Amino acid sequence: MLPVVTVLAVLLAVWYVAAIWLNAPQVTEQLNRGRAAWSVSDLVAGTWAMERPVLPAPHQVAVELYDSVFGRPVTSKRSLVYHAQVTLSATVAGFALGLAMGVLLAIGIVHVTVLDRSLMPWIIASQTIPILAIAPMIVVVLGNLGFTGLLPKAIISGYLSFFPISIGMVKGLRSPDPLQLDLMRTYSASNAQTFAKLRWPSSMSFLFPSLKVAIALSLVGAIVAELPTGAQAGLGARLLAGSYYGQTIQIWAALFMSAFLAVAAVGAVGLAERGLTRLRGGRL
Amino acid sequence: MAPVQAVLEGTAPAARPGVQRAPVVEARDLSLIFQTPDAPVTALSEINLTIRRGDFVSLIGPSGCGKTTLMRVVADLAQPTSGTLLVNGGSAEQARLDRAYGYVFQAPALYPWRSIERNIMLPLEIMGMPKGEMRERAERYLDLVGLKGFEKKFPWQLSGGMQQRVSIARALSFEPALLLMDEPFGALDEITRDNLNVHLLRLWEKTGITVIFVTHSIPEAVFLSSKIVVMSPRPGRILEVIDSDLPTDRDLDARETPEFLEIAHRVRVALRAGHSYD
Repeated sequence: MLPVVTVLAVLLAVWYVAAIWLNAPQVTEQLNRGRAAWSVSDLVAGTWAMERPVLPAPHQVAVELYDSVFGRPVTSKRSLVYHAQVTLSATVAGFALGLAMGVLLAIGIVHVTVLDRSLMPWIIASQTIPILAIAPMIVVVLGNLGFTGLLPKAIISGYLSFFPISIGMVKGLRSPDPLQLDLMRTYSASNAQTFAKLRWPSSMSFLFPSLKVAIALSLVGAIVAELPTGAQAGLGARLLAGSYYGQTIQIWAALFMSAFLAVAAVGAVGLAERGLTRLRGGRL
Repeated sequence: MAPVQAVLEGTAPAARPGVQRAPVVEARDLSLIFQTPDAPVTALSEINLTIRRGDFVSLIGPSGCGKTTLMRVVADLAQPTSGTLLVNGGSAEQARLDRAYGYVFQAPALYPWRSIERNIMLPLEIMGMPKGEMRERAERYLDLVGLKGFEKKFPWQLSGGMQQRVSIARALSFEPALLLMDEPFGALDEITRDNLNVHLLRLWEKTGITVIFVTHSIPEAVFLSSKIVVMSPRPGRILEVIDSDLPTDRDLDARETPEFLEIAHRVRVALRAGHSYD
């Protein structure tokens, strides 16, 4: 525990110093405009208490985070819980979409040679396109078709998250060694049986690391997807609104909220992994 | 070890004089040539062999002589290039589809995510056996290989020898009349190996099952077999088939009797002849 606390303390110290350094020019200018003489302690206090700082001090972010989480009704547009819930639902929907898509693609690639040859380059190419470039187009196209709200966000989120799942599952479904496959052949097992009793269970140890990457990417996708939706709701909208109005404290609070969401989401996947590991007697 | 129901009704163990037992495996001019990038490799060359019901046949020879390949051809895991092969009077593929044999590989090949019990149930699940019967079979065959009480353990919690015994129980669980064993004890220490050899011999006596056993250990082959097939290195050919008539209730001490040593000597001479052939 001590090392963790030490690292945290060092990070906070660095942050406070950086806040002084980055905010000093503005504060100095302001203090000079006033007639009174000012000291270094006035400068430091000023840099840590600005309304629109270049870099807000940690306690400012903490206060904003606390206020916007506990200080306002959950249904309020100014509540961070409301925005987090909007983003989380898009994340979960996108993750489900990415999971289904990634697993289906992997099953196709492993079982059909033509798909293996034809799909893989496209899957890799899909991830070389910057999501920031393609997200607005998906939103616009789907919007024209009448789909707004959750679906476009979930699709963008799924677009990011299917990739690690697909790659992990292709590897996992191919992981049984020749001996294990020969064994199935000696039982004259059908392809479906070989899949259900050998390939699928073998792939689980590859699936979970992929899922952890994928759910974090789902969150990123959901936030990015909220940027071009006209900043209505969600953590992405909160970030965008914050940057429009120079509300840096609000931006940082939203950033921390999304980090907590990511930790919680990855933690949930880890919990599922531990559950399966326990079912398998302690090893995945 | 617990008593076992006869796997094959009405079969007598080992050589029963005067009665011609039905052939289980008949190979005629069987050859297999592997196409490799540089040159074709002849793994099996004109194999002629008949294995009858109740035989315990060992295939012995140096590494790379095609013993495993021959076994894989019988199991329909590899395809011969020429010649004919009958398993139970039909094709090898038909025998595989009929689940006529149990195969024990060099490594246990247990599925690590399944408990020991569920590993043994694997072939039974595939064959669609009712759950109660599966459990009963798993219990019976675990007991047979001396692993009662390990049902709920997982493969990695067992030693190598125990894992191999589980794989034998798994092969026996669906009660095939033919057991194919590919150097099943090759990776084990000698003490465990001796122990498993005695287990296997008793099992064969009791059940009258036909066994084809690949090994490169002369004492193991002589101790276990009713028939020893000596093979030469590439191209894999049968040099000699030596019948053994050691008493069926033999134990490890039998390895010091003159009869045993005499057969072992014949095997060694035959193996040496194969080497000078090169």
